[in-house]
Amino acid sequence: MFWNKEMETISVERLRELQLERLKKVVKYAYERVPYYKKKFDEVGLKPEDIRTLDDIKYIPYTSKADLREVYPFGMFAVPLSEIVEIHSSSGTTGKPVVMGYTRGDIGVWKEVMARSITMMGVTKEDIVQIAYGYGLFTGGLGFHYGALTVGATIVPASAGNTRRQIELMRDFGTTVLCCTPSYALYLAEYAKDEMGIEPSTLKLKAGSFGAEMWTEEMRKEIEKRFGLKAYNVYGLTEIIGPGVGHECQAQQGIHIQEDHFYPEIIEPETGEILPEGRTGELVLTTLTKEGVPMLRFRTRDITALITGECSCGRTLRRVKRIQGRSDDMIKVRGVMLFPYQIEKAILEVQGVEPHYQIILTRPHHLDEIEVQVEVSKETFSDDVKTMEGLKKKLEKRIEETVGIRVAVTLVEPKSLPRSEGKAKRVIDKRGLS
Amino acid sequence: MKIKQLSVFLENKKGRLYEALSVLAKEGINIRALTIADTSDFGILRMIVNNADAAKRALEETGFTTKITNVVAIGVKDRPGGLAEVLKYLYEADINVEYLYAFVEKSGEEAVVVLRTNNLDKTIDILSQRGIKLFDSQTIENI
Repeated sequence: MFWNKEMETISVERLRELQLERLKKVVKYAYERVPYYKKKFDEVGLKPEDIRTLDDIKYIPYTSKADLREVYPFGMFAVPLSEIVEIHSSSGTTGKPVVMGYTRGDIGVWKEVMARSITMMGVTKEDIVQIAYGYGLFTGGLGFHYGALTVGATIVPASAGNTRRQIELMRDFGTTVLCCTPSYALYLAEYAKDEMGIEPSTLKLKAGSFGAEMWTEEMRKEIEKRFGLKAYNVYGLTEIIGPGVGHECQAQQGIHIQEDHFYPEIIEPETGEILPEGRTGELVLTTLTKEGVPMLRFRTRDITALITGECSCGRTLRRVKRIQGRSDDMIKVRGVMLFPYQIEKAILEVQGVEPHYQIILTRPHHLDEIEVQVEVSKETFSDDVKTMEGLKKKLEKRIEETVGIRVAVTLVEPKSLPRSEGKAKRVIDKRGLS
Repeated sequence: MKIKQLSVFLENKKGRLYEALSVLAKEGINIRALTIADTSDFGILRMIVNNADAAKRALEETGFTTKITNVVAIGVKDRPGGLAEVLKYLYEADINVEYLYAFVEKSGEEAVVVLRTNNLDKTIDILSQRGIKLFDSQTIENI
């Protein structure tokens, strides 16, 4: 099902023309109106006219989250505040918040891409959409609200929290579509069953749009099983527009990026080199139509890959894989990218308990070695040497299968790995690379 | 006739065995017999002590991973062929020995062999039938 079939199934050739036309326009617009871009362009001697093909985008300097923080609050705005109709902001948990302003036109784009996103799940005006993302400065709640409003569905603007009430609303109103974070969806299912005696599969939910945090295929299966719905991946970020940058269709084979509005590239996070389609790297996005805060080559820090080939749904808009990690957490060993959470997942699968572990990288003979120290838990300790050696081998095998490189597992005593106040320090890099 | 053996996971790290034994010393635990099974990066310390539950508690409170496993302790005449005879009975009964360790009791007449097999109940049956002396936990704790 399509919201805007003409655009969503546009020929690739025509789409590239449109993207180029829009890219040239937004580059000129940003250069003329945002001092930050003018300065960046001038530093590398680039003029907006130099962008003649889509390929030329590679000459444009990247924009990072740090750049946005520096100009807090309104330094990136391309229009006077009188033209801004809405402001959203990131939480600023890792520094100064990032502030984004939307013009009336931007809200129009947001409504369009969110209407497409919601329609991709087969949702129509007949549906009852419960939005359990937070409403407010966070883009999740209002983004879905605008989309559902545009589609004409019945909105239940529950916002985040108040779990018991969420479930009562779902039950009493017959909610058919749930929008929230995947971890909250699982919590809702558990709460309904354990605290209220309501079997989640008896609710009328048929679809759910989940995002705003990293999740896995296993979680998808779990959510689908518990509620008896189809779970879809939504992608977005405040810096670009909020939710609606991309969404999964009913094929559930990757996230279609709304390419006529957001131009995707995948780069090697360390070198900034552009990677060919299919390779895994950091997603970089350029807004092609945004007026309030045009964003040129924004480094999302999200790790994914462009999926090659056509989607069975008929959309020509390219897809990306589900987000596999943050480039900040990435470690590179023997040229292979890996993430601590992949190793954590592998250990969890073998041990069945939340693991305490540490990854130690060394380079003894000009070749990277990776050691994973895993704390032996009460549950996994056996008096039998064979069993313990077996556990070690199983861990090594499962981790190798998951990350694609051989690792050495060392079993260590419980609580022997350092615990820090907030996040545990998972990676010790002794290679002396940086 | 099963007796409690206390096993402790030890990382191959300087001083860890000492630390574990210090905990037991402080707790007033007496060690009857002890063995270490070691691999390249960890070891398993196995002990028969006079109070396995108290020893376990003390070790866990100080952060060690422990486990109580059942074993049998048999008395073997201190003469050539004493242990071989016992193993022959087990072999004939198709019982596999996972590990064993031995110590000589104070009088010196008898060796005490601690034995873990793949079937402890059957081990006890076979050895009792053959008249092999099996220690109960109280006797072992009081040696």
